[in-house]
Amino acid sequence: MIRAEHITKTFEDNHVLKGITAEFHPGKTNLIIGRSGAGKTVLLKILVGLMTPSSGKVWYDDLDFFNLDKKQMRTVRMQVGMLFQGSALFDSMTVEQNIRFPLDMFSNMTAKEKLNRVNDCLERVGLGGKNKNFPSEISGGQQKRVGIARAIVLQPKYLFCDEPNSGLDPKTAILIDELIHDITVENNITTVINTHDMNSVMEIGDKIILLHQGEIAWCGSKDSVLSSDNETMENFVFASPFLQKVRETAMAR
Amino acid sequence: MYYLETMRQMNDIGIGSLVIVVLISIFIGAVTAIQFAYQLDGTLVPRYYIGYIVRDSTIIELAPTIICLVLAGKVGSNMAAEIGGMRQKEHIDAMEIMGVNTAAYLVRPKIVGALIVIPMLVAIGAFLSIIGGYLATVLTGVMSDAEYVQGVRSFFLSQNVTMMFVKAFVFSFILTSVSCYQGYYVRGGSIELGQASTNAVVFSDILILLADYLIAILLT
Repeated sequence: MIRAEHITKTFEDNHVLKGITAEFHPGKTNLIIGRSGAGKTVLLKILVGLMTPSSGKVWYDDLDFFNLDKKQMRTVRMQVGMLFQGSALFDSMTVEQNIRFPLDMFSNMTAKEKLNRVNDCLERVGLGGKNKNFPSEISGGQQKRVGIARAIVLQPKYLFCDEPNSGLDPKTAILIDELIHDITVENNITTVINTHDMNSVMEIGDKIILLHQGEIAWCGSKDSVLSSDNETMENFVFASPFLQKVRETAMAR
Repeated sequence: MYYLETMRQMNDIGIGSLVIVVLISIFIGAVTAIQFAYQLDGTLVPRYYIGYIVRDSTIIELAPTIICLVLAGKVGSNMAAEIGGMRQKEHIDAMEIMGVNTAAYLVRPKIVGALIVIPMLVAIGAFLSIIGGYLATVLTGVMSDAEYVQGVRSFFLSQNVTMMFVKAFVFSFILTSVSCYQGYYVRGGSIELGQASTNAVVFSDILILLADYLIAILLT
């Protein structure tokens, strides 16, 4: 489990996060949603340790993340996988080398064991046989899947995904969502996803946190989204004219 | 992984820069020899001094300084752009989240590789400069083969070679560390990346010239 306690983040006089407290549970896809500028990315970067909070704490189980010594930090980091918005695959490496990179850095596996693990991960994300392709030779959706494979190759306890669906067509986006959700459940991973994609919210949102102007405006699950009477949540969910029409039609019936 | 990365950097810096170092060195030696031949023409200074002057000026100053200034432009800008690009494309963030010590993985192999390979390039450059001086003077009839060789073998001081290697080590450390720093801490987009690449070359060049002056004071 990951717990954020009273997280604040200030850039000069801009208060981006104003005391966020939240828990993210294992085996569930925890979604952080909100409009652009709400503070989602800053919160995710703090949770994963790429930024330090102005105040507050982040707990990984019973470990105070920002007060760990180097050895503990390294141990926790090895249990973390992350899928970046732009996949962040190393251009000069093949798909296989990208996925093998964490194994080369941190495992004592033999070359054969590493290859087997890489092939297992590639099969899991549906890209078996793409070992020798370079990132530039595969599609955006496939790059995301390679990113997922790299993130899970060390069998992490915690998985972070920053806008996993951005730039993907709706069908591929659903595939990525399902893949992340299935991997989360199969391996009992604590998954935190930063998104503003409503399809993801409705499909895989076991726990949803809506950020608005640096504060938690709403918290619930996918089942309680449509029945919510929270004004901020309504404004976010029914922001598009299309969804407004759908709601009006449904209410008229 | 670190060993392989260091080997890759040594190959990129060393083999990748060999052609330009060879060309520059031969021309440095040739031009130095022709210039001194022109300066000494009609004087009482023996002509074999041209070989001696070409040897010492290239070993002490021209080979380490000019080669490292050129490498700051070629290798330094490349390093700044490579690391800066990785920063902007979140590759460095990805490595940090995995627990990789990115400074050690990305910067150290470059510095170690450069410290090993650049002094070798400078030594090759110094040798080729002397050959360049020979080609420019002996083949064009400015002086005889025996005179040039006599000059090259005269008044040799081994500490000059030591100074050349000291300069090569110091300059290669400067050009790689400054360039890696510029790339590692780049922010923003492509314009900032371009600025970082330019800054890498400009700051490296200034620091190399400053270090050249300090080493000259300390070792002569």
